[in-house]
Amino acid sequence: MGLSAVTVLGVDRPGVIAEVTGSLAECGVNIQDSTMTLLGGHVAMMLLVAGELSAEQLRERVRIPEVVVSAAAVDASRHFSCPGAGLEYVLTLHGPDKPGIISAVAGVLASVGGNITGMSTRLSGRLYVLIADVALPAAVDVADLMRKLAAVGANLGSEITFRPGEPDLL
Amino acid sequence: MSGVPREVVRAPHAVLSASAEIVDPTDPFVVSAADDLLATLRAIGKPSGLSAPQIGLSWRLIAVNASLHPRSRSSAGAVTLVNPRLAEAAGWRHGREGCFSVPGLLGEVPRATRITVSGELPRTGESVTIEADAFEARCIQHQLDHLDGVLFLDRVSGARALHHRSHSCYA
Repeated sequence: MGLSAVTVLGVDRPGVIAEVTGSLAECGVNIQDSTMTLLGGHVAMMLLVAGELSAEQLRERVRIPEVVVSAAAVDASRHFSCPGAGLEYVLTLHGPDKPGIISAVAGVLASVGGNITGMSTRLSGRLYVLIADVALPAAVDVADLMRKLAAVGANLGSEITFRPGEPDLL
Repeated sequence: MSGVPREVVRAPHAVLSASAEIVDPTDPFVVSAADDLLATLRAIGKPSGLSAPQIGLSWRLIAVNASLHPRSRSSAGAVTLVNPRLAEAAGWRHGREGCFSVPGLLGEVPRATRITVSGELPRTGESVTIEADAFEARCIQHQLDHLDGVLFLDRVSGARALHHRSHSCYA
Protein backbone atom coordinates (compact mmCIF):
# COMPACT_ATOMS: atom_id res chain seq x y z
CA MET A 1 0.00 0.00 0.00
CA GLY A 2 1.49 3.32 -1.09
CA LEU A 3 1.08 6.91 -0.08
CA SER A 4 0.19 9.66 -2.51
CA ALA A 5 -0.11 13.42 -2.06
CA VAL A 6 -3.16 14.68 -3.92
CA THR A 7 -3.72 18.38 -4.59
CA VAL A 8 -7.04 19.82 -5.70
CA LEU A 9 -7.53 23.32 -7.10
CA GLY A 10 -10.62 24.73 -8.73
CA VAL A 11 -13.40 27.29 -8.63
CA ASP A 12 -15.34 26.93 -5.41
CA ARG A 13 -18.91 25.68 -5.65
CA PRO A 14 -21.18 23.59 -3.45
CA GLY A 15 -20.45 19.89 -3.81
CA VAL A 16 -16.89 20.04 -5.10
CA ILE A 17 -15.40 18.45 -1.98
CA ALA A 18 -18.06 15.74 -2.05
CA GLU A 19 -17.16 14.96 -5.65
CA VAL A 20 -13.42 14.80 -4.98
CA THR A 21 -13.68 12.66 -1.87
CA GLY A 22 -16.35 10.48 -3.48
CA SER A 23 -14.06 9.84 -6.43
CA LEU A 24 -11.18 9.00 -4.09
CA ALA A 25 -13.43 6.60 -2.19
CA GLU A 26 -14.32 4.86 -5.44
CA CYS A 27 -10.58 4.45 -6.01
CA GLY A 28 -10.42 2.59 -2.70
CA VAL A 29 -7.93 4.95 -1.09
CA ASN A 30 -7.98 6.06 2.51
CA ILE A 31 -7.62 9.78 3.28
CA GLN A 32 -5.08 10.00 6.10
CA ASP A 33 -4.44 13.73 6.39
CA SER A 34 -6.12 16.57 4.59
CA THR A 35 -6.46 20.31 4.66
CA MET A 36 -8.73 22.55 2.65
CA THR A 37 -9.24 26.27 2.37
CA LEU A 38 -10.49 28.92 -0.02
CA LEU A 39 -7.90 31.03 -1.80
CA GLY A 40 -9.44 33.99 -3.55
CA GLY A 41 -12.62 32.11 -4.39
CA HIS A 42 -10.78 28.94 -5.38
CA VAL A 43 -11.02 25.76 -3.41
CA ALA A 44 -7.56 24.46 -2.50
CA MET A 45 -7.23 21.04 -0.92
CA MET A 46 -4.30 18.79 -0.16
CA LEU A 47 -4.71 15.18 0.88
CA LEU A 48 -2.38 12.42 1.89
CA VAL A 49 -4.02 9.19 0.74
CA ALA A 50 -3.09 5.55 1.13
CA GLY A 51 -4.18 2.81 -1.25
CA GLU A 52 -3.26 0.31 -3.90
CA LEU A 53 -3.42 2.77 -6.79
CA SER A 54 -0.31 4.61 -7.89
CA ALA A 55 -0.21 8.38 -8.10
CA GLU A 56 -0.40 8.12 -11.88
CA GLN A 57 -3.52 5.93 -11.64
CA LEU A 58 -5.12 8.42 -9.24
CA ARG A 59 -4.48 11.27 -11.68
CA GLU A 60 -6.23 9.24 -14.39
CA ARG A 61 -9.24 8.23 -12.34
CA VAL A 62 -9.99 11.33 -10.26
CA ARG A 63 -11.38 13.71 -12.84
CA ILE A 64 -13.73 16.48 -11.70
CA PRO A 65 -15.12 19.20 -14.00
CA GLU A 66 -13.39 22.59 -13.58
CA VAL A 67 -11.04 21.16 -10.96
CA VAL A 68 -7.34 20.47 -11.40
CA VAL A 69 -6.28 17.33 -9.55
CA SER A 70 -2.66 16.26 -9.29
CA ALA A 71 -1.04 13.40 -7.42
CA ALA A 72 2.50 12.45 -6.53
CA ALA A 73 3.99 9.48 -4.72
CA VAL A 74 5.18 10.17 -1.19
CA ASP A 75 7.91 8.29 0.63
CA ALA A 76 6.22 7.17 3.86
CA SER A 77 9.51 6.79 5.69
CA ARG A 78 10.49 10.45 5.48
CA HIS A 79 9.88 12.62 8.51
CA PHE A 80 10.80 16.28 8.68
CA SER A 81 9.75 17.21 12.18
CA CYS A 82 12.24 18.65 14.63
CA PRO A 83 14.17 15.98 16.53
CA GLY A 84 13.94 16.00 20.30
CA ALA A 85 11.37 17.47 22.62
CA GLY A 86 10.96 20.87 20.98
CA LEU A 87 8.45 23.53 21.87
CA GLU A 88 5.50 24.81 19.87
CA TYR A 89 5.05 28.51 19.28
CA VAL A 90 2.60 30.72 17.41
CA LEU A 91 3.93 33.64 15.40
CA THR A 92 1.69 36.51 14.34
CA LEU A 93 2.76 39.27 11.98
CA HIS A 94 0.53 42.14 10.87
CA GLY A 95 1.39 45.26 8.97
CA PRO A 96 1.37 46.86 5.54
CA ASP A 97 1.48 44.47 2.61
CA LYS A 98 4.77 44.27 0.75
CA PRO A 99 6.79 41.60 -1.09
CA GLY A 100 9.16 39.39 0.89
CA ILE A 101 7.35 39.20 4.24
CA ILE A 102 7.07 35.41 4.40
CA SER A 103 10.61 34.79 3.20
CA ALA A 104 12.04 37.24 5.73
CA VAL A 105 10.23 35.63 8.65
CA ALA A 106 10.78 32.07 7.44
CA GLY A 107 14.47 32.78 6.95
CA VAL A 108 14.93 33.79 10.58
CA LEU A 109 13.06 30.72 11.80
CA ALA A 110 15.03 28.43 9.50
CA SER A 111 18.33 29.91 10.72
CA VAL A 112 17.72 28.36 14.16
CA GLY A 113 16.29 25.08 12.85
CA GLY A 114 12.68 26.13 13.40
CA ASN A 115 10.02 24.30 11.44
CA ILE A 116 6.84 26.01 10.23
CA THR A 117 4.16 23.35 10.74
CA GLY A 118 1.18 25.45 9.69
CA MET A 119 0.70 28.86 8.15
CA SER A 120 -2.13 31.16 7.08
CA THR A 121 -1.78 34.53 5.41
CA ARG A 122 -4.58 36.96 4.72
CA LEU A 123 -4.76 40.30 2.97
CA SER A 124 -7.47 42.68 4.14
CA GLY A 125 -7.21 46.07 2.47
CA ARG A 126 -3.68 47.33 3.17
CA LEU A 127 -3.30 44.96 6.11
CA TYR A 128 -1.27 41.80 5.63
CA VAL A 129 -1.57 39.14 8.33
CA LEU A 130 0.60 36.06 8.75
CA ILE A 131 0.04 33.47 11.44
CA ALA A 132 2.34 30.48 11.68
CA ASP A 133 2.63 27.47 13.94
CA VAL A 134 6.31 26.95 14.64
CA ALA A 135 8.17 24.00 16.16
CA LEU A 136 11.54 24.87 17.65
CA PRO A 137 14.35 22.53 18.68
CA ALA A 138 14.68 22.43 22.45
CA ALA A 139 18.12 24.05 22.41
CA VAL A 140 17.05 27.27 20.67
CA ASP A 141 17.69 30.54 22.51
CA VAL A 142 14.11 31.82 22.25
CA ALA A 143 14.92 35.29 23.63
CA ASP A 144 17.58 35.77 20.95
CA LEU A 145 15.20 34.50 18.28
CA MET A 146 12.55 36.98 19.42
CA ARG A 147 15.07 39.82 19.13
CA LYS A 148 15.84 38.74 15.56
CA LEU A 149 12.15 38.53 14.73
CA ALA A 150 11.54 41.98 16.22
CA ALA A 151 14.31 43.37 13.99
CA VAL A 152 12.71 41.76 10.94
CA GLY A 153 9.33 43.16 11.95
CA ALA A 154 10.78 46.65 12.34
CA ASN A 155 12.34 46.45 8.87
CA LEU A 156 8.99 45.43 7.43
CA GLY A 157 7.05 48.07 9.39
CA SER A 158 5.07 45.24 10.95
CA GLU A 159 4.22 44.01 14.42
CA ILE A 160 5.39 40.49 15.28
CA THR A 161 4.32 38.51 18.33
CA PHE A 162 5.88 35.14 19.14
CA ARG A 163 4.32 33.19 21.96
CA PRO A 164 4.11 29.61 23.19
CA GLY A 165 1.34 27.51 21.71
CA GLU A 166 -1.44 26.40 24.00
CA PRO A 167 -2.00 22.69 23.51
CA ASP A 168 -4.99 21.48 25.50
CA LEU A 169 -3.92 18.02 26.62
CA LEU A 170 -6.82 16.78 28.72
CA MET B 1 -23.96 63.79 25.95
CA SER B 2 -24.79 63.28 22.27
CA GLY B 3 -21.28 63.11 20.82
CA VAL B 4 -20.22 62.97 17.19
CA PRO B 5 -19.50 59.72 15.36
CA ARG B 6 -15.90 59.54 14.20
CA GLU B 7 -14.19 57.50 11.52
CA VAL B 8 -12.83 54.18 12.77
CA VAL B 9 -9.08 53.78 12.21
CA ARG B 10 -8.10 50.67 10.26
CA ALA B 11 -4.95 48.60 10.70
CA PRO B 12 -2.16 48.99 9.85
CA HIS B 13 -1.95 52.25 11.81
CA ALA B 14 0.57 53.40 14.41
CA VAL B 15 -2.11 54.39 16.92
CA LEU B 16 -3.33 50.77 17.02
CA SER B 17 0.15 49.52 17.96
CA ALA B 18 0.86 52.07 20.69
CA SER B 19 0.29 51.87 24.42
CA ALA B 20 -2.38 54.44 25.27
CA GLU B 21 -1.93 57.12 27.90
CA ILE B 22 -3.72 57.42 31.24
CA VAL B 23 -6.03 60.44 31.14
CA ASP B 24 -8.02 62.63 33.52
CA PRO B 25 -11.67 61.50 33.38
CA THR B 26 -12.87 65.03 34.24
CA ASP B 27 -10.89 66.67 31.42
CA PRO B 28 -13.46 68.22 29.04
CA PHE B 29 -11.56 66.81 26.04
CA VAL B 30 -11.74 63.31 27.52
CA VAL B 31 -15.45 63.77 28.30
CA SER B 32 -16.03 64.87 24.72
CA ALA B 33 -14.03 61.93 23.37
CA ALA B 34 -16.06 59.52 25.52
CA ASP B 35 -19.27 60.93 24.05
CA ASP B 36 -17.84 60.63 20.54
CA LEU B 37 -16.73 57.06 21.18
CA LEU B 38 -20.22 56.10 22.31
CA ALA B 39 -21.74 57.98 19.36
CA THR B 40 -19.44 56.09 16.99
CA LEU B 41 -20.46 52.80 18.53
CA ARG B 42 -24.09 53.82 18.26
CA ALA B 43 -23.62 54.73 14.59
CA ILE B 44 -22.12 51.30 13.88
CA GLY B 45 -25.37 49.89 15.15
CA LYS B 46 -24.10 46.59 16.56
CA PRO B 47 -23.85 45.47 20.19
CA SER B 48 -20.10 45.70 20.61
CA GLY B 49 -17.31 47.98 21.84
CA LEU B 50 -14.71 50.49 20.76
CA SER B 51 -11.55 51.94 22.22
CA ALA B 52 -10.19 55.47 21.93
CA PRO B 53 -7.23 54.37 19.74
CA GLN B 54 -9.78 53.18 17.19
CA ILE B 55 -10.91 56.77 16.69
CA GLY B 56 -7.32 57.97 16.59
CA LEU B 57 -6.83 58.92 20.25
CA SER B 58 -4.09 57.17 22.20
CA TRP B 59 -6.00 57.49 25.48
CA ARG B 60 -7.11 54.83 27.94
CA LEU B 61 -10.81 55.07 27.22
CA ILE B 62 -13.28 52.41 26.06
CA ALA B 63 -16.97 52.19 25.25
CA VAL B 64 -18.98 48.98 25.45
CA ASN B 65 -22.58 48.08 24.79
CA ALA B 66 -23.20 44.34 24.92
CA SER B 67 -26.95 44.57 25.37
CA LEU B 68 -29.03 42.77 22.76
CA HIS B 69 -26.11 40.61 21.62
CA PRO B 70 -27.31 37.00 21.31
CA ARG B 71 -24.33 35.68 23.28
CA SER B 72 -24.60 38.22 26.10
CA ARG B 73 -25.52 37.30 29.65
CA SER B 74 -24.31 40.24 31.72
CA SER B 75 -24.79 43.73 30.35
CA ALA B 76 -23.94 47.04 31.94
CA GLY B 77 -25.66 48.76 29.03
CA ALA B 78 -23.96 51.47 27.03
CA VAL B 79 -21.01 52.43 29.18
CA THR B 80 -17.76 54.35 28.80
CA LEU B 81 -14.81 53.70 31.10
CA VAL B 82 -11.71 55.83 31.58
CA ASN B 83 -8.43 54.18 32.59
CA PRO B 84 -10.04 50.72 32.80
CA ARG B 85 -8.10 48.00 34.59
CA LEU B 86 -8.66 44.27 34.59
CA ALA B 87 -8.92 43.26 38.26
CA GLU B 88 -9.95 39.61 37.97
CA ALA B 89 -10.30 37.06 35.19
CA ALA B 90 -11.42 33.44 35.22
CA GLY B 91 -12.76 30.66 33.02
CA TRP B 92 -10.72 30.81 29.81
CA ARG B 93 -12.43 29.81 26.60
CA HIS B 94 -11.74 30.15 22.88
CA GLY B 95 -14.18 32.18 20.83
CA ARG B 96 -14.28 33.67 17.35
CA GLU B 97 -13.97 37.44 17.24
CA GLY B 98 -13.26 40.26 14.84
CA CYS B 99 -12.52 43.96 15.04
CA PHE B 100 -13.89 47.09 13.40
CA SER B 101 -10.27 48.10 12.76
CA VAL B 102 -9.50 44.79 11.02
CA PRO B 103 -12.41 44.37 8.62
CA GLY B 104 -12.88 41.06 6.89
CA LEU B 105 -10.98 38.83 9.31
CA LEU B 106 -11.94 36.72 12.30
CA GLY B 107 -9.82 34.69 14.67
CA GLU B 108 -10.17 32.11 17.42
CA VAL B 109 -8.98 33.89 20.56
CA PRO B 110 -8.80 32.61 24.14
CA ARG B 111 -10.43 35.01 26.60
CA ALA B 112 -11.62 34.87 30.19
CA THR B 113 -15.35 34.24 30.41
CA ARG B 114 -15.75 36.07 33.71
CA ILE B 115 -13.97 39.31 34.55
CA THR B 116 -14.01 42.20 36.95
CA VAL B 117 -12.98 45.58 35.56
CA SER B 118 -12.52 48.82 37.42
CA GLY B 119 -12.21 52.32 36.03
CA GLU B 120 -13.60 55.80 36.20
CA LEU B 121 -16.64 57.37 34.64
CA PRO B 122 -16.04 60.31 32.32
CA ARG B 123 -17.23 63.71 33.53
CA THR B 124 -17.55 62.83 37.26
CA GLY B 125 -14.45 60.69 37.65
CA GLU B 126 -16.45 58.36 39.86
CA SER B 127 -14.75 55.00 40.38
CA VAL B 128 -16.79 52.05 39.19
CA THR B 129 -16.41 48.30 39.07
CA ILE B 130 -18.09 46.13 36.45
CA GLU B 131 -18.49 42.39 36.65
CA ALA B 132 -18.99 40.90 33.21
CA ASP B 133 -19.27 37.49 31.63
CA ALA B 134 -19.85 35.84 28.24
CA PHE B 135 -19.85 38.26 25.30
CA GLU B 136 -19.54 41.39 27.43
CA ALA B 137 -16.40 39.99 29.10
CA ARG B 138 -14.86 39.12 25.72
CA CYS B 139 -15.75 42.54 24.35
CA ILE B 140 -14.20 44.41 27.29
CA GLN B 141 -10.98 42.34 27.11
CA HIS B 142 -10.74 43.07 23.38
CA GLN B 143 -10.99 46.82 24.09
CA LEU B 144 -8.46 46.62 26.94
CA ASP B 145 -6.01 45.02 24.50
CA HIS B 146 -6.39 48.01 22.18
CA LEU B 147 -5.21 50.26 25.02
CA ASP B 148 -1.99 48.24 25.13
CA GLY B 149 -1.49 48.29 21.35
CA VAL B 150 -2.56 44.68 21.00
CA LEU B 151 -4.91 43.44 18.27
CA PHE B 152 -6.89 40.21 18.45
CA LEU B 153 -4.56 38.98 15.70
CA ASP B 154 -1.78 38.92 18.31
CA ARG B 155 -3.77 36.41 20.35
CA VAL B 156 -5.09 34.11 17.61
CA SER B 157 -4.44 30.59 18.80
CA GLY B 158 -2.78 29.18 15.68
CA ALA B 159 -2.38 29.18 11.92
CA ARG B 160 -5.70 27.45 11.38
CA ALA B 161 -7.56 29.86 13.66
CA LEU B 162 -7.60 32.84 11.30
CA HIS B 163 -10.59 33.15 9.02
CA HIS B 164 -12.19 35.40 6.48
CA ARG B 165 -15.35 36.94 7.88
CA SER B 166 -18.52 35.22 6.77
CA HIS B 167 -20.80 36.72 9.39
CA SER B 168 -20.75 39.51 11.93
CA CYS B 169 -19.53 38.84 15.45
CA TYR B 170 -17.33 41.82 16.22
CA ALA B 171 -15.99 42.29 19.69
